[in-house]
Amino acid sequence: MIGARALRLEDPVLLRGAGRYAADTYHAGELHMRVVRSPLAHGRIASIDVSGALALEGVLAAWTYDDISDLPAIGFRLTPRDELLPYRQPVLARREVRYVGEPVAVVFATSAYLAEDAAERVVLEIEQLPVHLDPDATPVEWVDSEQATWAAGLPGTLSAQDSEATTFVTEYGDVDAAFAAGAGRIIEMDAVIGRHTGVPMECRGLVARYDEADGQLVIDGAAKVPFWNRDAVAEMTGLTPSQVVVRETHVGGGFGPRGELYPEDVLVALAAVRLRAPVKWIEDRQEHLMATNHSRAQHHRLRALVEDDGYIRALDASFTLDQGAYIRTHGATVGSLTSSMLPGPYVIPNFRVRAHVRLTHKTPHGTYRSPGRYEGTFARERLVDKIASELGLGREQVRRRNFIDVEHMPYERPIQAMGTSMVHDSGDYALLLDKMSERFDFAGIRAKVAERREQGEAVGFGFGYFVEKSGIGPVEGARLSVDTSGHVTLACGASSVGQGVDTVLAQVAAETLGIPHDRIRVVRGRTDQFIYGRGAFATRLSVMAGSAVANAADNLRDKALRVAARKLRVSVEELELTDGSVRLVDDPATALSLAELARILEPPRAVEAKEDPGLSADGWFSTDHMTYPYGLHAAVVRLDRGTGQVVVERYLVGYDVGRALNPTLVEGQIAGGVAQGLGGAIYEEFLYADDGTPLCTTFMDYLIPTAHEVPPIEILVTEDAPSPLNPLGVKGAGEGGTTAVAAAIASAVDDALQRPGSITSVPIRPQTVHDLAT
Amino acid sequence: MSTTVPLRLYVNGERHDISVEPRRTLADALRDDCGLTGTHLGCEHGVCGACTILVDGKPTRACLMFAVQAEGSSIRTVEGLAPDQEELHPVQKAFWENHGLQCGFCTPGFLMLVAGQLEENPDTDEEEMRDVLSSNLCRCTGYQNILKASMAAAEEMRG
Repeated sequence: MIGARALRLEDPVLLRGAGRYAADTYHAGELHMRVVRSPLAHGRIASIDVSGALALEGVLAAWTYDDISDLPAIGFRLTPRDELLPYRQPVLARREVRYVGEPVAVVFATSAYLAEDAAERVVLEIEQLPVHLDPDATPVEWVDSEQATWAAGLPGTLSAQDSEATTFVTEYGDVDAAFAAGAGRIIEMDAVIGRHTGVPMECRGLVARYDEADGQLVIDGAAKVPFWNRDAVAEMTGLTPSQVVVRETHVGGGFGPRGELYPEDVLVALAAVRLRAPVKWIEDRQEHLMATNHSRAQHHRLRALVEDDGYIRALDASFTLDQGAYIRTHGATVGSLTSSMLPGPYVIPNFRVRAHVRLTHKTPHGTYRSPGRYEGTFARERLVDKIASELGLGREQVRRRNFIDVEHMPYERPIQAMGTSMVHDSGDYALLLDKMSERFDFAGIRAKVAERREQGEAVGFGFGYFVEKSGIGPVEGARLSVDTSGHVTLACGASSVGQGVDTVLAQVAAETLGIPHDRIRVVRGRTDQFIYGRGAFATRLSVMAGSAVANAADNLRDKALRVAARKLRVSVEELELTDGSVRLVDDPATALSLAELARILEPPRAVEAKEDPGLSADGWFSTDHMTYPYGLHAAVVRLDRGTGQVVVERYLVGYDVGRALNPTLVEGQIAGGVAQGLGGAIYEEFLYADDGTPLCTTFMDYLIPTAHEVPPIEILVTEDAPSPLNPLGVKGAGEGGTTAVAAAIASAVDDALQRPGSITSVPIRPQTVHDLAT
Repeated sequence: MSTTVPLRLYVNGERHDISVEPRRTLADALRDDCGLTGTHLGCEHGVCGACTILVDGKPTRACLMFAVQAEGSSIRTVEGLAPDQEELHPVQKAFWENHGLQCGFCTPGFLMLVAGQLEENPDTDEEEMRDVLSSNLCRCTGYQNILKASMAAAEEMRG
């Protein structure tokens, strides 16, 4: 079952339109929340008048900051750093607004249409203040002492804080000494990655209801991290964690931004408690594009000391991250990951990177599929291409010269990544390059491209190599229970953002239990059905939840064998579990099915069997380290010199995931990841006017690739480097489709232009290509 | 201010007598008044196509029509695609078999788009199908499996 191209368990329901997404939960008497958002990028709130809204029949309440001033700012879920606390976002704007789209007030009405009418009647008086939009400019004062002290929530008074929220260095070796020794050439690279984000097809939404009868707040429509959000909501609303039930329903895509705890989520929960009515909030697309986390938005400056054969002796780097107006739940995650993953697959014995996380009057920033790696891979791989061209070496040759050798695995890089010490657990980087080169005939592609260029076409071939990370701990668990019909329920703390986790977890259990995976029902993302879960992010679930399920299945099998041994009066060693029955190894016809064993373990009979009631077992898996999958992207592009259009003719991906639990789903993750990467490389970018007004607030301005723009993705999934860190040997597949797209496309465009090093920013605009090509 | 008008909609062969504000979109009426939540709203400005339904057989953005404009029309939504609880429509089956969906949010729109196209022209070739599919957005799959599924469904429907 593991490794099978099993059909997804999720699909029949979704194909019939019977799924339950956030907006599909309805309650009698529900109120609809509508957010009034700041129309200005920076300003002082003089007054907010909600009386016009309240005058409408059917409008039950309207809140501004004064109505919720007892709430603290929203906390950090990941990578908390104390110096970031003064930059946290209030649930509703407090004294000032700092980006267009910031929640300023909310109204609650008996219909969604009425709530929109009411929101338009809220009168805002905001005095415009100067805007600060360039993270590369000298930092300016950002929050005054009063705001800093309030947002930080620490004892004592803080001074005013400037717009550089934090800067930190990640390093090993001795960069200064290496450069001072001066052996080699210095090659520099300046690389810019635009502002874009995940944009799941389902906008955010939440439905909360305070159940008086049960004494519980029930929240439907959560995603990604329901257990963390449950705890945060409990704390902010003054309830205990067990009084708050958070239920993930179907989730229409995640990609990083969706599911984090946003101001709107807190307001929905709080309103359900205070107004004692079900409260529903469904974000619209315009809101989504200016209120849900943005991402990327980095400017890298790299300086490498390189030997004649292309060996990178030292890398001295810095980057600015355009954080937008507040620091949300991700804390310093993206800056930190950018730093630690920047060296990628290369040794680079002396390394230093300085991160500058800087505030601007734009939508706040968080993670997006392959956070920090998409950006860092673009910068690093652009540098490596430049090294090759300046030294007159082959692009593959330079990479091979710098790879961490397979002999040195596991390879410890003496820095931290997501709070874990960074150990490349396994990998043969050169082998994957060999395999890709052979499978897709790189030599033939090069020859063909050269021939077409001779004939006058602007075509090019380029690639990018990368290391990903996956499977962050600390712990996941699972419980398997068999009912008296032999059907299995798998309850766990995992979450689904649509990636097919139910199918994969069922496959893992089915492998051990010897039953078809569709006899297993997966329950996840519900805080009332399992005790713990850290969520669906950082490509962690196949590793963490998968391993927990494998352990639970082993424990269930052990219990089944023990009970069967007693019943059949044989030893456990004489039994095996195959095809859903425990059988005598020597006489397979003598068997007890899982259904029969479950009946034996019903409470009254379990006592006789001297077992805990129920054919069920738990399994847990914990780890201190991440696993590191790796891959290569390659692209063939054709340029239209007249229009500057970049046409991606072929896109090739090689990715080693250690072990593919379901190759179809792995390929699906990669293909979808590439499509998002292409968006960031060629089409997508959030632009702002000089006064901070966002210019991309509809799908007419923020261009997601369509079926026309995404070519067939040719994929080679390899299993040459299983992870030694988990029982399945698996590494995550969720993000590697995205990681190197900007790098590979830029490399191919350079090649098509025959101007090495000419593409230094993404998205690659038609104007840029046009100017360079003519 | 919320004056409603009576409205009769024919959806998936069933009659729905509802009462809506004239400004209510067809998508909202289908979801909130008819209880057919399979029609999803991804942008409400006619670009993403998640709300695609068939109106008199033609793929249509339900977010760009007022419900009152659908009076007298024959509407088909994703809930009306499969013949029964056991069988799937060939397009649904092909999407399942070709991993043509991940999160499933855009899926009803794509299913209706493809079903509408193939019912009108079962001989749609791959190039034309790619063109048709480019009217809707998907953020999960990268589209290739949607194209593959659509062509597999075309073959099945040609018989």
